[in-house]
Amino acid sequence: MERRNSKSLSDTNQRTNEPTYQRTDSSYQRTACGATGLVLEEPTLFEQSVPGRRGISLPAIDVPAFNPCEAFGDLVRDKAPELPELAESDVARHFTRLSTRNFSKDLGFYPLGSCTMKYNPKIANKVAAMPGFADTHPFQPLSSVQGNLRICYELERWLCEITGMNAATLWPAAGSHGELTGMLMIRAYHTARGNPRSKVLIPDSAHGTNPASAVTCHYDVVTVQSGPDGLLDPKAVAEAMDKEVAAIMITNPNTLGVYEENFKAVADIVHAKGGLVYCDGANLNALMGFVKPGEIGADAMHINLHKTFGTPHGGGGPGAGPVAVSRALEPYLPMPRIAKNGDNYTTISDKPESIGRINTFFGNFGVLLRAYVYIRELGAEGLVGVTKMATLNANYVKARLKDAYDLPYSRPSLHECVFSDKRQNAYGVKTLDIAKRLMDYGCHPPTIYFPLIVHGSIMIEPTETECKELLDEFCDAMLTIASECEKTPELVKNAPSRPFRRRLDEAKAARDAVLKE
Amino acid sequence: MRYLPHTNEEIRKMLAVIGAKDVGDLFSSIPKDHRCNPELNIPGGISEQELWAQMNSIAMKNRTLSCSASFIGAGAYRHYIPAAVSELASRSEFTTPYTPYQPEISQGTLQAMFEYQSQICRLFDMDVSNASHYSGATALADAALMARRISKGRKAIIVPDSVHPEYRRVLESVLCDGDSIRLIPSSCGRVDRAKFAAALDGDVAAAVVQFPNFFGIVEDFRDIADSLHKAGALLIAATPEPIAFGILTPPGSWGADIAAGEGLSLGLPVSFGGPTLGIFTTRDQFTRQMPGRICGKTIDAEGREGYVLTLSTREQHIRREKATSNICSNQTLCATTAAIYLSMLGKEGIRELANINAAKADYLKKTLSAIKGVSIPFEARTFNEFVFETAKPAAELLAKLDAQGIIGGVDLGRFYPDTDQMILVCVTEMNTREEMDRYAQVLAQVVR
Repeated sequence: MERRNSKSLSDTNQRTNEPTYQRTDSSYQRTACGATGLVLEEPTLFEQSVPGRRGISLPAIDVPAFNPCEAFGDLVRDKAPELPELAESDVARHFTRLSTRNFSKDLGFYPLGSCTMKYNPKIANKVAAMPGFADTHPFQPLSSVQGNLRICYELERWLCEITGMNAATLWPAAGSHGELTGMLMIRAYHTARGNPRSKVLIPDSAHGTNPASAVTCHYDVVTVQSGPDGLLDPKAVAEAMDKEVAAIMITNPNTLGVYEENFKAVADIVHAKGGLVYCDGANLNALMGFVKPGEIGADAMHINLHKTFGTPHGGGGPGAGPVAVSRALEPYLPMPRIAKNGDNYTTISDKPESIGRINTFFGNFGVLLRAYVYIRELGAEGLVGVTKMATLNANYVKARLKDAYDLPYSRPSLHECVFSDKRQNAYGVKTLDIAKRLMDYGCHPPTIYFPLIVHGSIMIEPTETECKELLDEFCDAMLTIASECEKTPELVKNAPSRPFRRRLDEAKAARDAVLKE
Repeated sequence: MRYLPHTNEEIRKMLAVIGAKDVGDLFSSIPKDHRCNPELNIPGGISEQELWAQMNSIAMKNRTLSCSASFIGAGAYRHYIPAAVSELASRSEFTTPYTPYQPEISQGTLQAMFEYQSQICRLFDMDVSNASHYSGATALADAALMARRISKGRKAIIVPDSVHPEYRRVLESVLCDGDSIRLIPSSCGRVDRAKFAAALDGDVAAAVVQFPNFFGIVEDFRDIADSLHKAGALLIAATPEPIAFGILTPPGSWGADIAAGEGLSLGLPVSFGGPTLGIFTTRDQFTRQMPGRICGKTIDAEGREGYVLTLSTREQHIRREKATSNICSNQTLCATTAAIYLSMLGKEGIRELANINAAKADYLKKTLSAIKGVSIPFEARTFNEFVFETAKPAAELLAKLDAQGIIGGVDLGRFYPDTDQMILVCVTEMNTREEMDRYAQVLAQVVR
């Protein structure tokens, strides 16, 4: 096997002037523990594999000898899958080392706009790991999973209360899966009225998942231009609206973090022509206790439990994207529904108008359970406090940065704010550079280049769980970077220099497409 | 509130910087007639200690699988999870970041993704894997959409009824034009070759086969792969139980063009069925048609190896309505868990584990079939699950078994017509011989 890391290691060591430890009897080398300031090069699992090692102990077989070749004949695999062979200690060290290369919410400020990276309460994980929940099966007799069904039933009720909706499904596994589910229901609703219709209106500021979800449901996307103030323009909606429009998809507050003050007017225009209103609930963290989208005209809304309700993002999932709906859409909710008769919880799987199933079993139940724990601990007042402090934090950051960075839209912000790189462009510096430079200051960069309606957008969502000192550290870093852009732009353009890796060559990754070992 | 760090003094200072009198002012952009009652009708907050007590009492309303002898699978299989797997996967460095949009500070998640993709390709004998889908069922639905895109204009998907009933329902919902699914009934628990041939024409984009199928049966699909390929259609393989590939032929070896699967068996708790892990793999030539995140290897500005999310021009955040799928978040933490689990098992461990599963299931199958009044309706090779039939309603037998502390399986009548005297039974390494003998003993009594 080639020594994949030999070049990079010698580089590392020239830089740090630290000794290397080289295994002479094996095919890879790594730096000695702790010798490089705990920044450890780590070969892949496969490079570390040693034939004959294993990391698992299995119980002795207690049934008569079994010969797979006799039992399965030509269906027996001719060669064992080439999984790496490692002892448990090798595996433990490998993944612990990998974990140290991640910036995470528990490590620091993570203002990724539109993602609501709030602190994830530890108690939720502890509850989800309880055998009473983790060791239950979706096809057990319902009488033996009454606790699980109660969690689902009450969570559905609470989400309906928070969003002002009538009923909900908990089974979509993520926000975009919720969008798909919502749009499938909207299609079923129109189909039941004789015409599924052919178009969906989507503002140009929307998340990319909105058009992608609509198209999956066989709809054509009609893009609605935002007004000069970044808001949805009722006139533009009215012009685009006709009897072939199945729905409009609105994010509120929108992806600029600005409240869509024409939401009701737009909903009225759409409803007047028989269309429905889908609300993208990615930004629900800004609304709890202030606005219930169901009360101002939304017919369906997904809720990202991993955003608003603090379940861990897991490096990209699992999340959960329950969809709450108005009375008009309730018959189309996916199966199963959870019902309560007296003190007994049960499931309903035979509603004829339902769109069917959109996931197996009970969706990402472990995530639902964590969200239940979050809501139960915070309670009504706690949730409203979340929205208030999330908005306070975003406005504080906006106030501190607005003199140094261009604010393309001046409307009041709720839970997040969006800047552009216009001023820094004058020094040849782009948003990407600013983002990378932030890493050198110990912060995760904001969301960048989204929403698309802002050139070089920098979308900052601090969330409510961050204290003033941390916000100040971030703002100080952003202000320092703004001044670096003027004085030492090369420093910013070559960032980051401090993390585990410098800028990675994404073009090469796409060109070579090395997707496995 | 312990998750809100703000003191009143800090709030005052922050408001002064903003130039607002109170926090309520910050919401002035919300019109009065949009405002709701600020008092939400949900219970008030409680302390962690009270919460823990309350969650314990709710959990007590569940009966755990370990309280009984459990023989229930049907797509969610209980396997032993080594302590190191849960402990490593629950490190907050893995649980609390999001999608690695910034690779320089996300190399941990990215390398784990790359290693997951590599291990899954080896296990499935496929060329390329994505970084995960939501579940086996949603991966399968996206596979069908992908096959339609590849076949340019062909609509129909052949689906035997031996595919997991819930997978089929998800597929129907997502395709949302039910008539393009050509459902073919099984013959003796296997794909009926004559009906399959009759369903295969020039409008077929792909056929789905499940291995092991919903009845636990493994069958040779090479003939099906051949006839699909001759007809210009694709073979989509679905597997609910990838542990089977420890000893059985993986989809890549029998001609699958897309292989989807459920990875719940790979180190994840059953947890009432989720979070799941959708496995999605394909052949090299279809890489750019795949849905979802994919991690690739590259170098950094100093020439050091590193990993990034790649081929993102397929994805919704770039392509919007022209994306290959609407998927955004996936199940990365579940994939990381699977990567840890598979590296603990290793090449020999997975073979041994698969062998234990098959051996134990074979023992129970033989033991139960020896009972008077119990028969095996489908004579076929099975992995860790099989179907038996009696003259009594399955629901009644299962209730009687349950009363004796045995979760005996799943009533097949729940999913198929005319099968309400059949029970789908699963055996994994978690079931001891003693449990199985007791199952046989009790069944012999109640079946009379």
